[in-house]
Formats: sequence, structure tokens, C-alpha cells
Amino acid sequence: MLGLKNHRAFLAKFQSLLALLLMVIVFSVWKTDEFFTTSNLLVVMRQISVNTCISVGMTLVILTGGIDLSVGSVLALSSVVMAGLLKNGLEVPAFDLFIGFNVLGAVLVGLIVGSALGLFNGLMVTRFNVPPFVATLAMLTIARGLTELWTGGAAITGLGDTFGHVGTGWFLGVPVQVWMCAAIVAVAVVVLRKTRFGRYIYAVGGNERAAKLSGLNVTRIKLLVYTIAGGLSAVGGLIVTSKLDSATPIAGDGYELDSIAAVVIGGTSLSGGKGSVLGTVLGALIIGVLNSGLIILQVPPFSQKVIKGFVILLAVAIEMHGKDQ
Amino acid sequence: MVAVKTETKVLEALRVSKTFGGIKALDGVDLEVCAGQVGAVVGENGAGKSTLMNILSGVYQDYGGQILLDGRQASFANPKEAQENGIGIIHQELNLIPHLSVAENVFLGREFCSALGLIDYRRINSETAKILQKLGLQIDPRVPVAGLRVGQQQVVEIARVLSLDARILIMDEPTSAISEHEIGMLFDLIRSLADNGVAIIYITHKLDELFQIADRVTVLRDGRLVGSGLVDDLAHDEIVRMMVGRDVKDISVKADVVRPQQVLKVKDLCLEHPRRSDDYAVDHVSFDVRAGEVLGLFGLMGAGRTELLETIFGVHPKRSSGEVLLDGRRIEVKSPTDAIRHGIGFVTEDRKLEGLIMHMSVAASVSLASLKQTELFGLLSGRRERRLAQQYVDRLRIKTPSVRQAVENLSGGNQQKVVIAKWLATNPRVLLLDEPTRGVDVNAKNQIHGLIGELAQAGLAIVMVSSELPEIMAVADRIIVLSEGRQTAEFTRSEANEESIMNAAIPKSFASRRIA
Repeated sequence: MLGLKNHRAFLAKFQSLLALLLMVIVFSVWKTDEFFTTSNLLVVMRQISVNTCISVGMTLVILTGGIDLSVGSVLALSSVVMAGLLKNGLEVPAFDLFIGFNVLGAVLVGLIVGSALGLFNGLMVTRFNVPPFVATLAMLTIARGLTELWTGGAAITGLGDTFGHVGTGWFLGVPVQVWMCAAIVAVAVVVLRKTRFGRYIYAVGGNERAAKLSGLNVTRIKLLVYTIAGGLSAVGGLIVTSKLDSATPIAGDGYELDSIAAVVIGGTSLSGGKGSVLGTVLGALIIGVLNSGLIILQVPPFSQKVIKGFVILLAVAIEMHGKDQ
Repeated sequence: MVAVKTETKVLEALRVSKTFGGIKALDGVDLEVCAGQVGAVVGENGAGKSTLMNILSGVYQDYGGQILLDGRQASFANPKEAQENGIGIIHQELNLIPHLSVAENVFLGREFCSALGLIDYRRINSETAKILQKLGLQIDPRVPVAGLRVGQQQVVEIARVLSLDARILIMDEPTSAISEHEIGMLFDLIRSLADNGVAIIYITHKLDELFQIADRVTVLRDGRLVGSGLVDDLAHDEIVRMMVGRDVKDISVKADVVRPQQVLKVKDLCLEHPRRSDDYAVDHVSFDVRAGEVLGLFGLMGAGRTELLETIFGVHPKRSSGEVLLDGRRIEVKSPTDAIRHGIGFVTEDRKLEGLIMHMSVAASVSLASLKQTELFGLLSGRRERRLAQQYVDRLRIKTPSVRQAVENLSGGNQQKVVIAKWLATNPRVLLLDEPTRGVDVNAKNQIHGLIGELAQAGLAIVMVSSELPEIMAVADRIIVLSEGRQTAEFTRSEANEESIMNAAIPKSFASRRIA
């Protein structure tokens, strides 16, 4: 009796993992020599690192019952601010002032910009009661526009080797960006599982009114979560910019969709309160493996999009079905 | 005894069984209902009453046994099909859509349409008004349901089912959230429906209701039928024994005790009405509560009971005024966080919406309002958390397989105990209780009453809102009556009687209308 129940619970819990395994096996058998290699694995890991970074923040936001559509644009603005400051410094004509930036300074300002945009999202959501979908949709446009204003529409390139290390460097046989991602994931897992803040995130998403009546400062929790999401988008911006040695105003376009897909495939409920960061990592991996597999199988790019869409539907449909039982 | 009403069986369940994940929720239960009769189904939470009703109303299709409708075997593919066969159900949990109007909710899915296919609002509004009139609820059918209090919403739910012209009406604890006054009207209505030949299945925990309204009674325990018969043939104690499987002592009235140490005092507490400007939902209320005392707050629907507790707890800082004093010192309560810091706890009326995060574990729910104490070196300690929860599970006798169980899997009474545990874990000095036994079974109710007594004895100052007169008279040391936001009377335990309390509770505008 209990065996069947556990069996179902097991399936429901690990279905994403099983899906990933299945995909890896299919691609491996099909194109053994190309797919199942250490180098391809690292390629996949590198490809998903930006999405994973962003998706960790997205997971937190979605766990509170919100959504952040602005991650791609915030990534772009942080990216061009970093690159711009590093390359050209900051000129303040009014005071006849010029400030030069080293790598650390430029990156720091970029991260602050991202976090500030996230904080702005949070303020709109909490203080002005703008629904998260609308607040971050507006920010999607605002940040994209600011990016174009800052760059004049042109890419900023030639950012130097030190800066490029983040996106192209290796440490102990693993790309630096993968290390960064792993660290962010590890911190997020600990925060969610082992801190009051993490528990409160689940509580706010699970039942905001009950959370408030239990004395939780819901406003502060949400502000922090949106700020973190903005900050992590900026980290994504750092990785992209460094990898390409170039900051383009179209960077991160459409990233919010991949990120939401990773979170949802990872089993986090869009209505909040349930889910995990590790699930999201798995979701990002599934999307990454799928992308890589489809490229190796030489599926045309347009068809890839169609297939990806169906995979997302399938993943969520299976999960909802499992819950129904 | 001569059967006054004709015995036409309209609905019968024969040896009905239902299993959930290996656990038998129902085990060969029989039930029959006759036209023109009120058949009560009683039993503790988890006895299988709701499961049986869900089978009768088409929610579950896979069950063992047979359902006979007018003597012929019937099976319903879904609730709609049951509805079409004349079976209407009023669920215990409200199923209304908050942003739609009362009338839109009543006629949801069955709207009258004009020739153009547009909703004929004039007609659904007037039809709704007619039904509400019968139920004695005076509200505009056009207002959104979200603006109504829980009790009023329940009446709307009843109106919806009544509008279906059901031949068989299942009511799952319809009085758990409504006031005595509304219960009286509901009973009149049930009687007139039965007189018109409707068969009614009435599920309840409240035994006094049984004797007032039911013709037959069926008692379930742990998914099995333990007895049934005509109400007139059964004694109160006999039914209680069947329900719980042992004797339960009934509520008894305690003697007056004077307690000196004043803990909480509120002075001229006001809460502006959310919609009507220059009107108050709580209007200059002042009282005090002493250590070891249970202060009862009684009032009818709309009297401002919940609002008063919420105001003390800092839920409405922008609309409230007046003073809250703790141990004689004035405190500023601008949020629930402030209230908790000052040692005030608030067991809210609606467990599901305000008290619990349903999918969280018992451990996480108990620790939620005092999570800091489970920290070890800045990180949450699962072991500390579980130990804390286990302590309250033992102390409050919360029935759960483990503290890791999700609270949604617990019965109503045990969920309520988890909410109380959450507040006890904050180490409060003042505990505000809003309808603490709403929707819980007799046994859990007795336990919660006992617990309230114990907590008071341990020195807590307790303010308890209840819409059940017998409960408030049994549990409270002193009773304050609210009517339309104002304090209209105060009684000590020995002074209080049902009539004088009710008199003070009935709005004056209403009373004068009654006399006229």
C-alpha cells in the first residue's frame, strides 16, 4: 500500500532528474562521440551558467508569489554600465570631472546598478502595490531603454584580459563562471533551507496574510528578494560581457523566458510557496542539455524553439498530473 | 412513535466504502434520506462524513458499494450531474469567487441571459434579492463577496444552492461561522424546505442543533457506521458516546473569581469603517483583561468582534485610534510584529486563510512566529525546531503522525491546536482568540476549552471572541457584548444569561424594527 504511494511521491519528486537522465541517454546513444564527452559537458555547464545565476534570483521571487520579467534588461544595463565605466570611465562635464575605473570598481558599480533596479521593482510591488508582472514588465522596457541611451546603440568591446578572466578563465579544470554559479547556488540553498529569511520567503509565498499576521515583515522580505534578483541578473551580465569581451545593448534579450522555464521545469510553483533552488538548477540543466543535444543533432534553430516550448509544457503537465493523484 | 412524514426514500447509500492511498476513509457505510426529513450525520472530524457527502454529490466516482436515487442505482460522473439530479451541496469550506458580486456568485454558471446573449443583471439581482430576503440577509446583491464577513458569505453560499431547486440538500456544517440569530433563521428555512418535501442531509458537530432540527441521526466514527435512529429515541449522552467512543464531560459553568493583576487595557479604541466614511467598525471600545482571566467578546455578525481584535493586534494602523496599555504602560502597536514583540498573540478566525500555511509541516507552522528561538549559530536547526513542535504536540495533544506532517493533512481541530501552539511558542502574555472552536468536533472543542482554562490558570490574559452563547458563557470569566461596533453591555459570569446577552447584542435599529 505504502509502497505505491512512495513510488508515486518518488516519481513526482525526481521526475525532472529522470527526464534529464533520459535526455542524456538518448543524445548519448544517438551521437555518442559528440555528446557524451567531458568537453561537451563543460560546454553545457558554461552555457547554462548565466541562466542559472539569473534563475536563482527568479526562484526566490517566484517563491514569494511574484515574478521578475526584467532580468534580461537588467542584465543588459549592468553589462553596458560595467563595460562603459571600464573602457571609458565616467565623465561629469558639469564639474569638469573624470573618474577612471579599474575592473573591480566597474564590476562593483555594475552589480550595484542591477541591485538598485531590483530594489526599484520591489518598491513598486510593495509600496505602490503594482502587481509584480506589471512592475517588472515596465522595468523590462525602462532598463532596455536606459541601456540603449548609455551605449547609443553600439556595442562596447575590448575590455581587457583581467576582465575577460571571469568568462573565459579556468580554475582547477573547471571554468571560473561555473565556480561562480556553484557558489551562488550553494549560498542560495543554505539561505533558503537554513535561515529565517529563507523560511519567510516560503511563508510569504505560501500565505501572505498568514505570514503577515504571524509578525513577518512581508515588505522587507519582498524588497530583499527583488533586490537579490536584480543583483544576480547583474552577475549574469558580468559573465556574458566577460565571455564575449563585449557589452551589446541587445544582451539578455528574452532571458526572462529561459529563466522562468528553468524555475518551472524545476518544480517551483508559480503561485509561490513551494519549490527549490536545486530544482531550478536541474531545470536549467535540462534546458542546457536539450539545447546542446538539438545543436549536435543539427536540428534547425527555428525548430529548436518549437521543441523547447513543448518540453516546457510536457514537464509542467506531468508535474501537475502527478499532484492530482 | 407514529411517523408524521411520509417515508419516501429518495437517496440511499448501501455499504459505501472509499480508500485513500491505502487508508480506509469509509468502510461499508449505509445511509438513507427521505423526502421531507432532515437526516443528520454526526461524527468527529476524520469520521468520514465529508467523504460520504463527496460521494453522494458526485465529487468522487471510484468507491465501493451502491448509491440508489429514487430506488434506482445511480452514479454521477461529476458534481454537475449530481446537481442535475437534484442533489445540492453546501460545503463547509466556502467556494465563492471573491471579486464577483453576490448575485453573480449565486447564479454562477446559470446566468439568465438576454436575447443578445448578455447577462440579464436586473433579473439575477432581483432573484438573488428574493432568496436573500428569505434567508434574512439584508445586503445588496450587487456588492462583491470579498467585502462580506465570513458568516455573510456562508449565507450567500446557502442562497446559491437554494436557487438550484435541489430535491436533496446536503449541508456540511452550515452553522460553523454564523451567529445564533442567523442560525435561527437558517433553521426556520430548513424546516420550511423539509415541509415542502426536500430531503436534507445535515452534517454537524453541534449536538444541540441535532435535537432542534433533525428527524433522524446517523453517527459515524473512523469511517464506520456506529449507530442510527430517530432523534427522539436517542439521548444526548448516548450520541456523544457513539461519536467519541467514550464519555465526554459537557461544558460546565465555573464560579466568579476576582483577579487583581491587570495586564491588557484598551481605551477608546476606534477603527474607521473601511467603506463608510465618518462611521466606525469599532467605536470607542474600552476594557481591561487581567492575568488569569478569560474575557469573552460576544456580538452578532458585523458587530466588530474580529475588527476589534485586529485593531489591538496592529493590523489596521492607519485607520485606528485609541490607546493600548500593557501592564499600565502605553504601547505603540503599528504592526503584528510590534504586537508579538509586546507579548500579544492572535489566533485568527480563519485557519486556512489567516492562520496557517497549509502545505508547511507542523514543525514549521508551530515555529513560524518565533523562528529565532530555533536558530543555532545564526542558522535554523531542524532538530531544535522539531523539539519545540513536539513539545506542543504533546502538551496540546495534537494528533499527527509526526511533526514533519503537512498541516493540511490534519483534521480541523488539530489544525486549530497548531495555530494555538504557534502563538504559545512566542511566549505571549495576552492571547486573542477569534472563534477558537469554529469548525472543530466536540471532542477537540472540549479539549480547546480545557486548554484555554489551563492557559488562563498559567497566568495568561485571554480575550476570546465567540458567536456561540453556550461556549462564551462556559469559558469566559467576564463577557463584553458588542453591537454595531459599540460596547453595549458587560456581565460577570454569574450575572450573564442568554437572554440579556442577546438583548445587548441585537442592533438597536434592528430591535426597534422588530417591535414595530
